[in-house]
Amino acid sequence: MKTNQRAAPVALRQPIHASMPDSHGHFGPFGGRYVGETLMPAIIELEKAYARISALPGFQEELRRLLKHYAGRPTPLFPAARLTEKIGGAAIYLKREDLAHTGAHKINNTLGQALLARWMGKRKVIAETGAGQHGVATATVAALFGMECRIFMGTEDVRRQSANVQRMELLGAEVVPVESGTGTLKDAMSEAMRYWVSAVRDTFYVIGSVAGPHPYPMMVRDFQRVIGDETKEQMLEAEGRLPDMLVACVGGGSNAMGLFYPFIDDPGVEMVGVEAAGYGIATGKHAATLGAGSVGVLHGSKSFVLQDEAGQIMEAHSISAGLDYPGVGPEHSLLKEMGRARYEAVDDAGALHAFHELCALEGIIPALESSHALARAMVEASGQPRTRLIVVNLSGRGDKDLGIVQQARA
Amino acid sequence: MNRIDEKFEQLRKRNEKALVGFVTAGDPDPGRSLEIIRTMCRSGVDILELGIPFSDPTADGPVIQRSSTRALKAGMNLSKAFEMIRELRGTCDVPIVAFSYYNPILAYGGAKFYRDALDSGADGVLIVDLPPEESDELTRQWPDRDLALIRLVAPTTPPDRMSAIAQSASGFIYLVSMTGVTGGGEPDLTELSFLTSELRSRCDGIPVCVGFGISLPEHARAVSPLADGVVVGTAFERIIEAHQNDSAVASKVGEAVGALKAAL
Repeated sequence: MKTNQRAAPVALRQPIHASMPDSHGHFGPFGGRYVGETLMPAIIELEKAYARISALPGFQEELRRLLKHYAGRPTPLFPAARLTEKIGGAAIYLKREDLAHTGAHKINNTLGQALLARWMGKRKVIAETGAGQHGVATATVAALFGMECRIFMGTEDVRRQSANVQRMELLGAEVVPVESGTGTLKDAMSEAMRYWVSAVRDTFYVIGSVAGPHPYPMMVRDFQRVIGDETKEQMLEAEGRLPDMLVACVGGGSNAMGLFYPFIDDPGVEMVGVEAAGYGIATGKHAATLGAGSVGVLHGSKSFVLQDEAGQIMEAHSISAGLDYPGVGPEHSLLKEMGRARYEAVDDAGALHAFHELCALEGIIPALESSHALARAMVEASGQPRTRLIVVNLSGRGDKDLGIVQQARA
Repeated sequence: MNRIDEKFEQLRKRNEKALVGFVTAGDPDPGRSLEIIRTMCRSGVDILELGIPFSDPTADGPVIQRSSTRALKAGMNLSKAFEMIRELRGTCDVPIVAFSYYNPILAYGGAKFYRDALDSGADGVLIVDLPPEESDELTRQWPDRDLALIRLVAPTTPPDRMSAIAQSASGFIYLVSMTGVTGGGEPDLTELSFLTSELRSRCDGIPVCVGFGISLPEHARAVSPLADGVVVGTAFERIIEAHQNDSAVASKVGEAVGALKAAL
């Protein structure tokens, strides 16, 4: 089913690269900085430091070296021949972020932010995590740089993702279980912001998605765009042309933003973000923020959120802890409003089905997050000519989800 | 003249400092909340800060977080808070500041918020996560500026930013006494005395009230020479939490208010 997001209420006068966000961190009507005064000076300082330091050749060189020799970039772009054969439609390529160090795209961003923290002279980092992938990636770079590290994680996610809790602790991080609310990613992020208010003078907050107050959505996007940049180059090499469609899962939306961003000004490349429909959107137990949410302010920026009529944030649900977030990055809200990207939703059962298909057909165990993207890509590919090229961002590997998958089978 | 300005003028004449009392609207339930607030007003609160509960109060500590959760469970929202203010206005003329996070106001609608706030008898609003940089989108929907816009200044705020904030503030400036969330620690008087003099030199006569970390009469007494008033919130919410099933909850909060006011 195609949605009707082709109309473009937000006119683009110049390439989106150059204009987004504006000087106040706004992506059209979204984004901005909605935080308490205690944090405002810190994020203004961060914005200035990021602008200054990221422009230095020495910083970029060090980051490139780390991405190559530590994170293992570039990750492959793999033609999934058996999956393509089974569907009998468009050719599906997998961008293998699951092969990056720590098993997910999260390492691109945490290397960037921790390196920035180091150049800013900060020795302590904190982060929030849902599935634990961002927590593991942050703990990893903290160990690499000899930084003190504290990770906030909802008690429900601590339970669902205990292997990742062990990994973080092995890497020397302190995992702080967050009991408030539903004990998931939203609550972990709220608690991390609260802690940051108290420790803001010497602590760098490594936000894991293209969410939060400006400059985070821009900064995380910039650190993740390596996914799209590589995809472009690799697809040109493999097929001599750009892909026809990009598909990526969207919780907060960092892996999708990283894949989409370098293609925004290539109008022939269709972009599909895939949200978690949980038990189904009609049941109310889902995480389809762009599909079923409305405009609000959460965790420092204006974007689509899941909320009730009184502006109270609602609980999100997904079988995948990494998509279980009632907000979304503001740039995705803009892409949706402009009609530049289309956002679909896949439910728990659909994600599980795609998970098993990829295991059986390609010998790859995908994260449940990525399985949502894969499930939608299979629908998009079906009935299309083989000459059509679809890239699915395989944002992470599924080792962390084996317990959940086993349970779902039982 | 706005009730808040009037109040500070009266206090100045009497050489008194303001006790600004924060309480979450609807905690532990709307009926008892109204009784608690009435008692607070009778017991010496000069300005009432009425907290509109929000599901994700990132600037608040655990005590106020829990109070918000109780109030939300009891069905509180912005329109019901306005009803409470309207009912209070029948019996008391204490200036009332609606304290909120931005999202409930955004959902309610900026213009409607302005109209209903004034209609119900509120005098000001403090939106904890709406810095001056983002507040035009709300205030441009306000036909006049009859509703005072209380601004926050933090220990991390640099001096030139203090000046800019002071220029766009009305009612009073809320000086956050410590780098942290509500209800944590005690104010550091040396730092606070530096902060208040820095801020006062820049705020052109707007009253300055100090909050965060003030829970006991001795804190209030120590801080009061530095400011025009003190804000106390978590201390009251602790009492409400401890006595939520006790019929004497309102009088216990009232006693705390009396002791704090006496120390100012």
